[in-house]
Amino acid sequence: MKKIHYREWGIESPRYWGLLAVLATIVAVGGFATLYMEHQGHWVTGMTNQIVWGTPHVFAIFLIVAASGALNVASIGSVFGQKMYKPLARLSGLMAITLLVGGLIVLVLDLGQPTRLIVAMTTYNFKSIFAWNIYLYVGFMAIVAVYLFTMMERKANGYSHGVGVLAFVWRLALTTGTGSIFGFLVARQGYDAAIMAPMFIIMSFAYGLALYLLVLMFTFNTDDRPLGDALLRRLKNLLGVFVAAIFYFTVVYHLTNLYGTENHAYEAFILRDGGVYTWVFWLCWVLLGMIVPMGILFHPALGMQRGAITIAALLVVFGGLSAIYVIVIGGQAFPLNMFPGHTIIESGYYDGVDGLARAYSPSLPEFLLGIGGFALALLATFVGVRLLQFLPTSLADEVIDPHAAK
Amino acid sequence: MSEPIDKQRRAFLATASGAAAATAVAPGVFLHAVAQAAPRDSAVTDAVRYGMLIDTTKCADGCSDCVSACDKENGLDMLVKPEGASDALWDMQRPRWIRQVKLKNNLTGRVTTLPMMCQHCEKPPCVDVCPTGASFRRADGIVMVDRHTCIGCRYCMMACPYNARSFIHENVQLKPTAAPRGKGCVESCNLCVQRRDNGGTTTACQDACKQGAIVFGDLKDANSAVSQALAKYPSVQIRADLKLNTGVRYTDV
Repeated sequence: MKKIHYREWGIESPRYWGLLAVLATIVAVGGFATLYMEHQGHWVTGMTNQIVWGTPHVFAIFLIVAASGALNVASIGSVFGQKMYKPLARLSGLMAITLLVGGLIVLVLDLGQPTRLIVAMTTYNFKSIFAWNIYLYVGFMAIVAVYLFTMMERKANGYSHGVGVLAFVWRLALTTGTGSIFGFLVARQGYDAAIMAPMFIIMSFAYGLALYLLVLMFTFNTDDRPLGDALLRRLKNLLGVFVAAIFYFTVVYHLTNLYGTENHAYEAFILRDGGVYTWVFWLCWVLLGMIVPMGILFHPALGMQRGAITIAALLVVFGGLSAIYVIVIGGQAFPLNMFPGHTIIESGYYDGVDGLARAYSPSLPEFLLGIGGFALALLATFVGVRLLQFLPTSLADEVIDPHAAK
Repeated sequence: MSEPIDKQRRAFLATASGAAAATAVAPGVFLHAVAQAAPRDSAVTDAVRYGMLIDTTKCADGCSDCVSACDKENGLDMLVKPEGASDALWDMQRPRWIRQVKLKNNLTGRVTTLPMMCQHCEKPPCVDVCPTGASFRRADGIVMVDRHTCIGCRYCMMACPYNARSFIHENVQLKPTAAPRGKGCVESCNLCVQRRDNGGTTTACQDACKQGAIVFGDLKDANSAVSQALAKYPSVQIRADLKLNTGVRYTDV
């Protein structure tokens, strides 16, 4: 491999500031939506006492999961020694931090008492996976920051492998913690499953890589930096494999549920009778989020076209949001199974009369808050690559791998 | 060159600081003395465990006396629908500590009516998941929320198997002294904890039930009405499979 040079993102100032202005506007709109929700209270949202986590949580969980996945590219380079991935590592570390910040901001701003964040940082119940996650998230940011330092400061390069291993192990723990938020909920039919944690890990691989690919292609394309076909082929194949792995976990999760009679009602709800959740599951999660992107990425001709790869990555992101929507909202919409062998025929508190789902309609402010988190993550990423040397000047095949196919 | 010491100034400062300290400390001392004089002077212990037995055969279809009594006791009837809120959505967002549920047995078609509320588990999932420990279980078995440390994350509501908790979705104008509340916190039935701490022996729902379907008391006292009733009639826990050892039990479900 030739020596890799890194340079700040060099697109012309008007384009750069224009991009920042657009993103900052979206962030500001999200901020105003938050102020509105916090000032009025959550009655202005679609969330209720039955659907307690709504659209903000879908965005927040997606971003947090994707953050740990974005670090994978760096891990492949420094933990698993794939030299080709090493020049990609800095952006990977940066995105791991920015996506996590975006997700956490959304999560925190949706709290009923966001000003009590200090309470959450000082008063802990260590039986709660949430309390653990506070440490896992903050620790992740700190470790990745040190990891970036070891990569970017020549004198510290020697520590890069060690810190990289730590970051990799930490990110596995982090996504396990995020998946366990649901896995530990014994009361709910759709959640109480150990497979949730590994499924979230594999989801993070795909969603993080999809976002990484999109940012990499965008920043290189706009700055006229070469991005080699061989490298892109590797990355898109990896994305295809990760999506296939989500497909596998999705199938196993539902098949194991279908085996146990106690879960039949929940499976019927998600797979057949759940209305919007059934549609989102089959159309958005399975078809558009997994089958179509796999078809594109593994197609001999389409898979080599950059436009098609971009569409596939966007679809993976869309499928990811859909998957989290089905898991988070669909899982709550399905009524609690309080009285096995009975049907609730009347209830003063929406207990699922006649087994009907609990209603939820996302509201605009919730959506704006979620999108604001996305925009914040991208804004921080673009500021980062502009100010510091995160991006290699060239990722042409002959630069990163002299033995690349000619 | 040093200035001569102003003795009067020193004396004034000493008196002033003494007075200030007395002003700051005295109310604490005074309040402490008042607190000790009240019946709530001793710490809550696990010598008692509060619980309930609900006789569903006595629970009358169409009656909601327990619900209204709870609303009144805990100030839930003071909450007003925010201006501009839709009726349907607001009904799903307003807090409820107790509600009527009517069930039909899928096999036999037998219909049962019962009140549902926090089941006051010995091992409450809401307490396990709460990141700050705001959701807690008192030594006497009452599960409740510390509104000073609740951050409004609603994880406890995700974890509760009984749909027993409510989130305050709106600004609160009026609230009773016994049950303070504010926007953005979670709450649920606390077995009328204000009555427990002031020497009361009943709950509002129990008092309101003309059928006598609700028996409340100390599960650890073999002579209490609730223990006697539990010894006499077969009873069940709801979601007994979760092994939460609930403090609220039901007959004939």
